[in-house]
Amino acid sequence: MPLDVNGTNYETDEEGYLANLSDWAPDVAEALAASDGAELADGHWEVINFLREYYEEYQIAPAVRVLTKAIGKRLGKDKGNSKYLYELFPYGPAKQACKYAGLPKPTGCV
Amino acid sequence: MSTLHTVNKSAFERNSLESCLSVCKADASVLLIEDAVVSALQGTSVSDQIKQATDKGIKVFALGEDIKARGLSEKPLMDQITLVDYSGFVKLTTENDRVQNWL
Amino acid sequence: MSNTKTFVYINRKAPYGTVYALESLEVVLIGAAFEQNVKLVFMDDGVFQLTNAQDPEGIGMKNFSKTYAALGDYDINQIYIDQQSLDDRGLTIDDLQALVYEDEDDDWNEKSSIHLVNREQLSDIIDSADVLLNF
Repeated sequence: MPLDVNGTNYETDEEGYLANLSDWAPDVAEALAASDGAELADGHWEVINFLREYYEEYQIAPAVRVLTKAIGKRLGKDKGNSKYLYELFPYGPAKQACKYAGLPKPTGCV
Repeated sequence: MSTLHTVNKSAFERNSLESCLSVCKADASVLLIEDAVVSALQGTSVSDQIKQATDKGIKVFALGEDIKARGLSEKPLMDQITLVDYSGFVKLTTENDRVQNWL
Repeated sequence: MSNTKTFVYINRKAPYGTVYALESLEVVLIGAAFEQNVKLVFMDDGVFQLTNAQDPEGIGMKNFSKTYAALGDYDINQIYIDQQSLDDRGLTIDDLQALVYEDEDDDWNEKSSIHLVNREQLSDIIDSADVLLNF
């Protein structure tokens, strides 16, 4: 099912993840969120940007436990906890945020 | 009527390089590709084997792309070994009459 | 934590030529979710998995060597390198990535995950395993 962003079609898999990492751009992220009925605020962007940097450095999307710990270190304890991250991404912080970040599903996703 | 031999497995793990060298004529060329490129480093437990072959006149090459992939570009290769790229690989196949792949 | 077992992964193949190295890394990362006691051993050609400056773009592969640096985040910090295997291959420890972790029990100080071992120490590591996984 291709994702339409301002007239350009992007290939996605059956769960709506981008097929090509290099297709990602902020407006693509917004379209991916919109297709789930979500809207991206600053809190979402902090996590999305963190994930993209993490992927760039380590070539993997972190497992949710690793993500939570790392966010806590980067953005403070009030954000580095499951409650905050699940409020932002109710479908699961690693899974849903990775989708909007244009990354593959996290390795060791549970 | 020369033969190009390609070896793609590490000499530390398989005997394909040893078998290959044992049947190589003096005018043969041997190209190390994939995991076999690790055998091209200086001062390893297989260096003597390769040196004996090149002393006989056998030419030994290693594929640069595979060396780079494995993070070994900065490591010194044996003086007896010539680095080639993919087009060098193609050239070797055309310069020889046949290719024997030691899988 | 009486349910904690010691998992020892033995890695003996060079990367890229076969899929073993990547498969092992994926199993290690997935297995990390179970929070067990994990030890990684790199011996024989497995020591090539950790070389610095890997660049497999020219052979059309993804550079998964960058992922080893994330192991510390996954609480995998017992990494054993066989000295003999380095020696046989003309390598030294300086040819390998410096892998580190942050020690939670010591004010998050960064510490090395890498331990150089001899064959006798390796046999002790193998004997410490409840589960052995070979790649």
